Amino acid sequence: MLEVEHLSVRLGDVDLLRDLSFSVPAGSSLAVIGPNGSGKTVLFRALIGALPHSGSVRWAPGARIGYVPQKLDLERDLPVTGRDLLFARARLAARPPSEIDSALTRVGLLPDVLKKLVGTLSGGQFQRLLMAFALLTSPTVLLLDEPTAGVDEPGQERMNDTVRRLQAEGVTVLLISHDLSVVFRFATNVLCLTRDHTCFGIPREVLTPDILAQVYGEPVGLFVHDEPAR
Amino acid sequence: MSLPASSVILSASMAVAAGLIGSYGLMRRMTLAADAFSHVALPGIGVAILFRVNPLAGALVALLLGALLIWTLEGRTRLATETIIGVVFSAALAIGALLTTGEQLMDALFGAPGALSNVELIAGLAGAAAVTAFVLLARDRLIVTFLSSDIARTAGIDVRRLSLLYLLAFGVTVALGLRYLGALLMGSLMIIPAATARRLAPNLTGMLTIAVALSVFATLFGSWLAAQTGRETGPVIVSVAAVCFFLSLASRREGVR
Repeated sequence: MLEVEHLSVRLGDVDLLRDLSFSVPAGSSLAVIGPNGSGKTVLFRALIGALPHSGSVRWAPGARIGYVPQKLDLERDLPVTGRDLLFARARLAARPPSEIDSALTRVGLLPDVLKKLVGTLSGGQFQRLLMAFALLTSPTVLLLDEPTAGVDEPGQERMNDTVRRLQAEGVTVLLISHDLSVVFRFATNVLCLTRDHTCFGIPREVLTPDILAQVYGEPVGLFVHDEPAR
Repeated sequence: MSLPASSVILSASMAVAAGLIGSYGLMRRMTLAADAFSHVALPGIGVAILFRVNPLAGALVALLLGALLIWTLEGRTRLATETIIGVVFSAALAIGALLTTGEQLMDALFGAPGALSNVELIAGLAGAAAVTAFVLLARDRLIVTFLSSDIARTAGIDVRRLSLLYLLAFGVTVALGLRYLGALLMGSLMIIPAATARRLAPNLTGMLTIAVALSVFATLFGSWLAAQTGRETGPVIVSVAAVCFFLSLASRREGVR
C-alpha cells in the first residue's frame, strides 16, 4: 500500500525527519509512536504531500486516502455546520447524500450533529465528524492522528471499535498514538520516532523496555496482556 | 436625484461579488488583509495616470500582480497570509501615494463617481459575473480547503491552484469597487457584510445569502442616500454596512443562536 524510502523533511536548518524507510502492506496497520515534537504529524503531512520532502513516498496505484488530523484550529462562531462539511464532501466525490447517514452511523454520531456549528462540537464529536468525512469516500487507507486524544472514555471505545471494524473490512490504517495498549491491540507494525533513533517492526519485538525508554525519555512500565493481537 | 440604471446594475453586481468573496475571506482569516490588499491598487492607478491609460485598468493589473505575489510568498514561506499582506501592501500604499497627486489620491482612495463608459460597464459586469460564478462553482472545494488544506489535499483538491484562483477573484472584486468606494473602503465592503452575516447565519448557505443581501443593500441604499444628501458615495456605503453590523451585535445578545 505504501513504500517510504529515505524520507527526510527539513525546515530551514532543522531536520524534522531524517532518512526514514518503512513499508505498509495493504490491509495491515502501522502505529507511529514517539515523544512530542518527534515529527509524527510531520510524517503524516509529508505522506499526503502537504510538506516538501526528499526521498520517495509511493502509494499503491488507486489508493484512496482518508486523513483525520488531530485537531483543527477552528473559530467557534464560524457558520459552518456538520451538514455543510459532509454535503460538500459528498458532492465533491459524487456520492449520494444517503451515504452521509451511513457514515455517521459508522462513527456513532447522531444526525443532530448535522445542524450544529462545527466550532461548537466537543473534541470527540468533532473527531468523529472528521472520521465520517474521511469515510464518505470509502478510503482504502486511513491516516489517523491521535484519534482519541481529548476524547472521553466511551468516545474512545467507540472510536476504537470503528477503527477495528474498518481493519476487518481490509482498510489499511496508519495511526499516531500515545496509548501503548492501543498500539499493541491494533498495530501489525510499529514505527517509533525519537530525535536520534528510529525503529520499525512488530510491536512485541520492537517495543523493548530499552526502546520505550528512548521513545518516552524515561523508563516505561508495561504489562503486555495475552489478548489476541489483531 | 436618481441614479442611472447602468450604475445601479453595476454597483449591485459588484456588491454580490464582494459579499461572496468576503465570506470566504473571513474563513481564510483575511479580515485585515482584505483592507491592506486593496491598497495595492494605488501604485497601479499612479502608474496608469503617468502613462495616460485608464486608471482602473492600471489598478486591475496591480491587483492581479498583487494576488500573484501573495500566492508565491504563501508557497515559499510559512508566514501567515495576514502577515505577508500586511507588510507588502502597506508599503504599496506608501508607493502609491508617492506616484499620485493629492486630488488623484483622494479619488483613488475614496472613489470617483462619474459617468460610466460602455467599456467600463461591460468589463465590470463581466468581472462581477466571473467572480460570482467562481465562488458558487468552487463553493465545496473552498469550504473544505479553508477548513483544512491537508484534508483538501487528500480529497484530491488542487489546493495551490484553488488558492491562486481565489486571490485573483479577490483582486478582481477590489477593482470592481474602486470607482464606487475607492481603494481604502472597498476592503470594508468585502468584510463588513460578511462579518455581519457570520454573526446571524445558521449555516454556510445562510452566511453567503445574508452577506450578499447586506452588501447589495448597503451599496444601493448608500448610493441613494449619498445622492440625496450630497455626500461622497463610498463613505456612506461603508457607514450603512457598519450600522448593519452594529445592529447585528444587538440581535445576537437576544439569543439569535
